[in-house]
Amino acid sequence: MALEIIESCVNCWACVELCPNQAIFEASPHFQIDPSRCSECVGEYAKPQCAEICPVEGAIINELGEALYPPGTLSPTPAARHASSVAGS
Amino acid sequence: MHTSPSGNLSTGGCTSARCGSQSSTLDELSADIQRKVQDHPCYSEEAHHHFARMHVAVAPACNIQCNYCNRKYDCSNESRPGVVSEVLTPVQAVKKTLAVAATIPQMSVLGIAGPGDALANPARTFEVFGELQKRAPDIKLCLSTNGLMLPHYVDQIAAAKVDHVTITINCIDPDVGAKIYPWIFWNHARVHGRAAAEILIAQQQKGLEMLVARGILVKINSVLIPGVNDEHLKEVSRVVRAKGAFLHNVMPLISDPAHGTYFGLSGQRGPTSEELEALQDACAGDMNMMRHCRQCRADAVGMLGEDRGAEFSIEKVDSMLIDEVAAMERRVALREAINAELDAKRAARHGEVIPLQQATKPVGRPVHMAVASSGGGLVNQHFGHAREFLIYEASSQGVRFLGVRKAAQYCGGESDCGEAENTLARTIAVLADCEVVLCARIGFEPWGKLESAGILPNGEHAMEPIEDAVAATWQQMLADGKLAQAPFEAQKRA
Repeated sequence: MALEIIESCVNCWACVELCPNQAIFEASPHFQIDPSRCSECVGEYAKPQCAEICPVEGAIINELGEALYPPGTLSPTPAARHASSVAGS
Repeated sequence: MHTSPSGNLSTGGCTSARCGSQSSTLDELSADIQRKVQDHPCYSEEAHHHFARMHVAVAPACNIQCNYCNRKYDCSNESRPGVVSEVLTPVQAVKKTLAVAATIPQMSVLGIAGPGDALANPARTFEVFGELQKRAPDIKLCLSTNGLMLPHYVDQIAAAKVDHVTITINCIDPDVGAKIYPWIFWNHARVHGRAAAEILIAQQQKGLEMLVARGILVKINSVLIPGVNDEHLKEVSRVVRAKGAFLHNVMPLISDPAHGTYFGLSGQRGPTSEELEALQDACAGDMNMMRHCRQCRADAVGMLGEDRGAEFSIEKVDSMLIDEVAAMERRVALREAINAELDAKRAARHGEVIPLQQATKPVGRPVHMAVASSGGGLVNQHFGHAREFLIYEASSQGVRFLGVRKAAQYCGGESDCGEAENTLARTIAVLADCEVVLCARIGFEPWGKLESAGILPNGEHAMEPIEDAVAATWQQMLADGKLAQAPFEAQKRA
């Protein structure tokens, strides 16, 4: 059981220090997760910390190849912006 | 009430000092604050002509997402916050700072401003501060943060002897915030939308109060996003001032689609110079406004408006031999000399009687002027070499600094970049509301083009202090009877 960082990673370092198992390391062309150390944060946190802070949609995937935050989940769509302004009014 | 350059009435009362020149505005601050900011180029309009700063890019991680930012930060052609060429380790950052401070004796401030958030990388940030406090204690330390983790680190900031903190506060209303921040990372989970904005705003306000309580100077940065927070920023300005922030810096949104930010891609426009200046004027009734910000990169080096970062790559720094003690002595001596000169100027200003509240109706309309300066507070740059122009307003009430505008040369690599004809035309467009350009020299061709666009080039005040030159030019225009006429803009429309 381990997560994986894929090529859309922008090497922003946000995930590195959050990992409770020190499983994430700097590598070229992008950061990587050591699968032998990654626990997907089970037992430590409710959600995997690297995926919670990663600013790039789809950059972190699980063993099935599924993105934890697929495209559309992080940036506001114009519709969401509209909805939020309506909700607030 | 006085009329702002755009013709809108400013809100709030207008005290005589605030209507005067920018440097006398600083005279209004308490003596204690003045001492703290007198050699900080980002906090004092006057200091920015004489002192240099640098940012070290040791803080790559960020804990929130802003719609005007994305996390790709490797483009050397971009000049905007959040962008750097290389992320440094704390050891490299300390080495680079000492190298720059030994090469540029005007260096007075070291800031950590990203490219992520200084307080989302606390171990790295505080390691740099701790080491510099030991090895170059004369250098002021400052940091810039989104404020999310600020309450948590205020005591560490105070212990590290950081005396200036900048918080970026774009809103105090979570409904406005929801349009600016799609998510934050909080308590080990991602929080989206309005709930995220609510937490962020609460943390920012709490952090501001805690810093002020500890005597740390706080500047507030706000990004002006037309249609999203423009009106709201007036309220932000009032609230942060009431809580003790000493300076408010309203910056224009940068939203070039090429940068790949959400606002860039969704077509959200940035404000025009007129919109920015009108809002700054509206907020100025409430507090000291900063108008000389250059929105520099998270690894900028040198005087504001210049970037000498390329001279100090990791490789180059590694090959430099530095005598840290001698370098510090040189800096301290230079700083004392500059401050003595500025003190003398301030004392002279106090002696002047500036008749701001005249019984008679003031004569002569306000005039905008553009100034080409390479530093030192002087009119000392060739028009064609200017990468930016300082904009001033001269009127019967004195000289007022309005802001900085980039010359067309300083672009991000457009295809027509460097093409002289287009570049000049674009510079003229940027300066459209100005009637005079003060510079050290100017070529024959641009002279003619500027003149036919209604902007008169003037090289007669070369090497003079800027505010004196602007005032003298305005007096000359008044004496020549040019200021009774309708302003140039009106003539153009007629």
